[in-house]
Amino acid sequence: MNKMKGNAWTFGDDISTDHIAPGRLFHLRSNLPELAKHVLEDADPEFASKMSKGDFVVGGRNFGLGSSREHAPTIIKMAGISAVLAKSFARIFYRNAINVGLPVVICNTDRIKTGDELEVDLDAGVVRNLTKKTEVSFAPLPKAMQKILEDGGLLYHIAKYGDFNLD
Amino acid sequence: MGQTLTEKILSEHAGRAVRAGEFVIASVDVCLVQDGTGPLAIRQLKEIELEKVAHPNKTVLFLDHAAPSPRKELSNDHILMRRFGKKTGAVLSEVGEGVCHQVIVESYLAPGDVHTGADSHTCTGGGLGAFATGMGSTDVAIAMALGKTWFRVPETFKIQVKGRFPEGVYPKDLILHLIGMIGADGATYKALEYQGETIDEMDISGRFTIANMAVEAGAKVGLFPSDDMTQGYLQRMGRGDAFRTMSADADAEYERVIEVDASKLEPTVSFPHTVDNTRTMTQIRQMDPVNIDQVVIGTCTNGRLEDLQTAAAILKGKSRDKDTRLLVAPASRKILKAALNDGTLQTLIDAGALVLPPGCGPCVGVHQGVLGDDEACLSTQNRNFLGRMGNPKGLIYLGSPATAAATALTGRITDPREVI
Repeated sequence: MNKMKGNAWTFGDDISTDHIAPGRLFHLRSNLPELAKHVLEDADPEFASKMSKGDFVVGGRNFGLGSSREHAPTIIKMAGISAVLAKSFARIFYRNAINVGLPVVICNTDRIKTGDELEVDLDAGVVRNLTKKTEVSFAPLPKAMQKILEDGGLLYHIAKYGDFNLD
Repeated sequence: MGQTLTEKILSEHAGRAVRAGEFVIASVDVCLVQDGTGPLAIRQLKEIELEKVAHPNKTVLFLDHAAPSPRKELSNDHILMRRFGKKTGAVLSEVGEGVCHQVIVESYLAPGDVHTGADSHTCTGGGLGAFATGMGSTDVAIAMALGKTWFRVPETFKIQVKGRFPEGVYPKDLILHLIGMIGADGATYKALEYQGETIDEMDISGRFTIANMAVEAGAKVGLFPSDDMTQGYLQRMGRGDAFRTMSADADAEYERVIEVDASKLEPTVSFPHTVDNTRTMTQIRQMDPVNIDQVVIGTCTNGRLEDLQTAAAILKGKSRDKDTRLLVAPASRKILKAALNDGTLQTLIDAGALVLPPGCGPCVGVHQGVLGDDEACLSTQNRNFLGRMGNPKGLIYLGSPATAAATALTGRITDPREVI
């Protein structure tokens, strides 16, 4: 699970949760499989039909800014995306992604292009661009977040311990 | 070395003295979820059989984003939330009571509290001197059930403000200016703490506007001291006993200090599609006129009585441009009643305004003012992202209630100083 391989789909800076899970689809929030068919629709209307399971979403700066809607990282995960890579993430999205068990990687994404085949190694902290034969490293998650991600998300962490057990 | 206000509040809630950068488990005083995030929070607790709340009287379930409901799916979400309230004793804030953040500051939050909400603009509560921050459904669900959450104590940017606002310039212009200056990710993860003579004299309504938009610079919280202004507000809300004085220590350590001179500010507008894409009225005057199809005055950012009064003073005895719709949504039932009693609503209605029920209104793109293709809206809300108002082909501009009122009169983005 900690070494993932797939193709990159690049998006620019400032991809908001409105791009990922638009407010006009508010009524689908209690029907997540249906909402997931619209993932990132306002950034790329065909994205859900073009992507394959295991692929990566690659952003620029401030990925996931805006609303606190956890539905955004949830439907990225449900659509089959294995991780989101970006130069930086908005705070709430970052925390939500870990909480729902979606790996998020902060690294330089400038040279990644749509269609590049990537291998992301969470343990080694390396993104290998197999198409371009380059690699970039990234810092590991803070310990507490690593623990939550390993437990499958915050809900399962709490179910397992009955409390926070993050030390 | 002294503490920032952030460090003080989190120390009290962690049971030990903490500093920026530390990891803490903190008790949580007040929690909110709304009808866009609450159903998921409730289902999460159900899944792990943890359907309880630690502090029922300070856990509030809001029906405000789709209120009243425009679709059966959302009506069913509302039923789910009402049932959860009955089962756990959590408070339900019904359709028509108002936007979560406004009702929270009116009736629940106290200076020095820790407040988590499943809505990004939960940071509004920083205007009362509370550590108030937005999180996702699962984080808030767990905080509701266990009465605690984890934080990394953020570093603080001190925003030092001096000078008097010129006529036609408001706290909304200050926060748009600040975000334009530091960028939509300029304070990611940081706490913003506001200080200075301008802040001391600023009424609570203005403080809420500025605190509300902390997240638009990426910040975790936008904190104000709790002082005489705070006390006066809590007394007016019938909660004088909730008051306590709160401020940072004089020798607190800040990662960065940003100075703003309010006397040099101009009315400022954010252009599509990011909040940091700001222009001053001097810049706008040099551009082609920007025609506006719809003006919105309301939301958790600028739907308070003072905001409606500012707009009414500009619109009094005049009419909106015939091609520009004017929608007004008071942020809470309390504000609706006050604006009804003092004649503000009469003035707005006489000027051609349509008054919407207290709630989030058109800001979330669900109903009550969804934009058509290529239509432009100037709103007093906090966010202008692509698709925000229900149509990715719509254009959203952000400004103060005065700028909104001036724009409604002329049908194009207008400097309020031209019509005062």
